[in-house]
Amino acid sequence: MERSIDTMQPVISAENISLTFQTADGPVHALKNVSLTINQGDFVSFIGPSGCGKTTFLRAIAALETPTAGTLSVAGMTPDQARRRRAYGYVFQAPGLYPWRTIAGNISLPLEIMGFARPDRQQRIARVLDLVDLAGFGGKYPWQLSGGMQQRASIARALAFDADILLMDEPFGALDEIVRDRLNEALLDLWKKTGKTIGFVTHSIPEAVYLSTKIVVMSPRPGRITRVIDSPLPRDRPLEIRDTPEFIALAQQVREGLREGHSYD
Amino acid sequence: MTEAVARGNGGVNPTLRALPILTVLLAIVVVWYGAAVWMNAPWVRDQAARAETTLTTGDLIRQTLTLERPVLPAPHQVAAGLWEGIAGQKITSKRSLVWHGWVTLSATLAGFAIGTVAGILLAVGIVHNRAMDQSVMPWAVASQTVPILAIAPMVIVVFASMGVTGLLPKAIIAAWLSFFPVLVGMVKGLRTPDAMQLDLMHSWNASRAQQFWRLRLPSSLPYLFASLKVAIAAALVGTIVGELPAGATAGLGARLLSGSYYGQTVQIWSALFAAAILAAVLVMLIGALERLTLRRMGLAR
Ligand SMILES: Nc1ncnc2c1ncn2[C@@H]1O[C@H](COP(=O)(O)OP(=O)(O)OP(=O)(O)O)[C@@H](O)[C@H]1O
Ligand SMILES: [Mg+2]
Repeated sequence: MERSIDTMQPVISAENISLTFQTADGPVHALKNVSLTINQGDFVSFIGPSGCGKTTFLRAIAALETPTAGTLSVAGMTPDQARRRRAYGYVFQAPGLYPWRTIAGNISLPLEIMGFARPDRQQRIARVLDLVDLAGFGGKYPWQLSGGMQQRASIARALAFDADILLMDEPFGALDEIVRDRLNEALLDLWKKTGKTIGFVTHSIPEAVYLSTKIVVMSPRPGRITRVIDSPLPRDRPLEIRDTPEFIALAQQVREGLREGHSYD
Repeated sequence: MTEAVARGNGGVNPTLRALPILTVLLAIVVVWYGAAVWMNAPWVRDQAARAETTLTTGDLIRQTLTLERPVLPAPHQVAAGLWEGIAGQKITSKRSLVWHGWVTLSATLAGFAIGTVAGILLAVGIVHNRAMDQSVMPWAVASQTVPILAIAPMVIVVFASMGVTGLLPKAIIAAWLSFFPVLVGMVKGLRTPDAMQLDLMHSWNASRAQQFWRLRLPSSLPYLFASLKVAIAAALVGTIVGELPAGATAGLGARLLSGSYYGQTVQIWSALFAAAILAAVLVMLIGALERLTLRRMGLAR
């Protein structure tokens, strides 16, 4: 599944976008003059202190917010056109599964909404359950599953309809280190198998470095990008890669980027 | 499904749970007997004075509890009246509480159905349409501030002038009272899905109808059931009030009224208790339906 550089097409391109929220206490500049290009098949992590606009940027890509200035295009369309074409699988920090539907029923939900035929639905549900390592849990209800399993189910739901772009906003934020490691591995595996473009928000430097082909460091007030780091790490990444000098150097770079935006002081 | 059992409210011995209820019931009965003696005593003393007989305390108590038209009938008199009204008559008889109860129940259920449908439809409109959101609620609130006792006779008279009597006018009054809790509960319920759930729907490009049937409606059911319990009790009150205006001869309300015309306090209290029992049964039925549905949906709290 190695891709050569020249087949990579830019899918998401942001040019000088700004996004200002008008609030009761005056305008909040969530994003200011942000430019970024994301290629087909990239795994892009967004990292930065709280309030720097990571969520806002992801939501703007998914057409859940509209930039107040600049142009944002997704596969040559506006984000909203891309949304109508069902280009996005969005994963939130909380699983947000319907308690009245089984896991399979939850994964089936977007498929029903998009009008997939029943046999096709069943096939897809089985496939994505397998992909997130939940085969055999389709008939269970969300409350019968652990938090980590629920989060995997919500990822399966986002994968089921084969959106080209997977956007994940701190999907593993609420999970413990060990579960997180496992899910990170599973996510990388899944990314290699499907070749999707992934946008991933995290607060963890090791997580960002481990997963990404591109790490975007942001800083707040106003929200902007301070550094874009292209990862030299290979696409095949065992967990042990985190002990290599390349990995540690990369993590160091990210940490410097964060400090540059005088973030955690 | 052993987990389902573990989540339930099992484990408490039913007789133990009934104990507090029985205690309260006993206290009420005791107080009631006391009040009956106390309130009926003046009349009994009066009678005795007129007949120039003297009463022992025992006589006084016995007589206060067995009057034919007591100011306050004793519990056993009401119980006997109830039993007589329910079991002592053919159920087609005009003196049967079953028959009167059925007249009231049918209008209550019809009004409840109308009110529930109206409440849900208005709530759907309010949640989906900005103009309705801003305009309907004040009117709905206003409708409930008008005393039902003033509205009811007008409704009855207007319908009667059009030649419509019986169930429908009473059902309208019942619906008038019962749509409101459903409306308030459903507006709240249809708005419970959080921003994340709605964003997900949006990212899947779901239509409003899909959003409604698959997300808003199921999430609103706990609220719907809570308001249905209020609504059915309100519908019963509305129906009984609708039976009070002159001319009504059927229904628990008419029974109350004719009892008060003729000073038949036992009849009044029997009708009152019949209404209370009816209300309790209806609310319990909805409660059972609620538990069943919400448990099946994994929404039970
Ligand atoms: N709907 C909104 N209305 C007003 N202000 C908002 C809204 N959403 C976000 N903001 C503001 O925009 C800024 C960026 O918020 P955003 O949620 O994108 O930050 P974030 O980087 O995701 O932070 P975190 O790491 O805490 O999730 C913050 O100052 C926030 O208060
Ligand atoms: Mg965020």
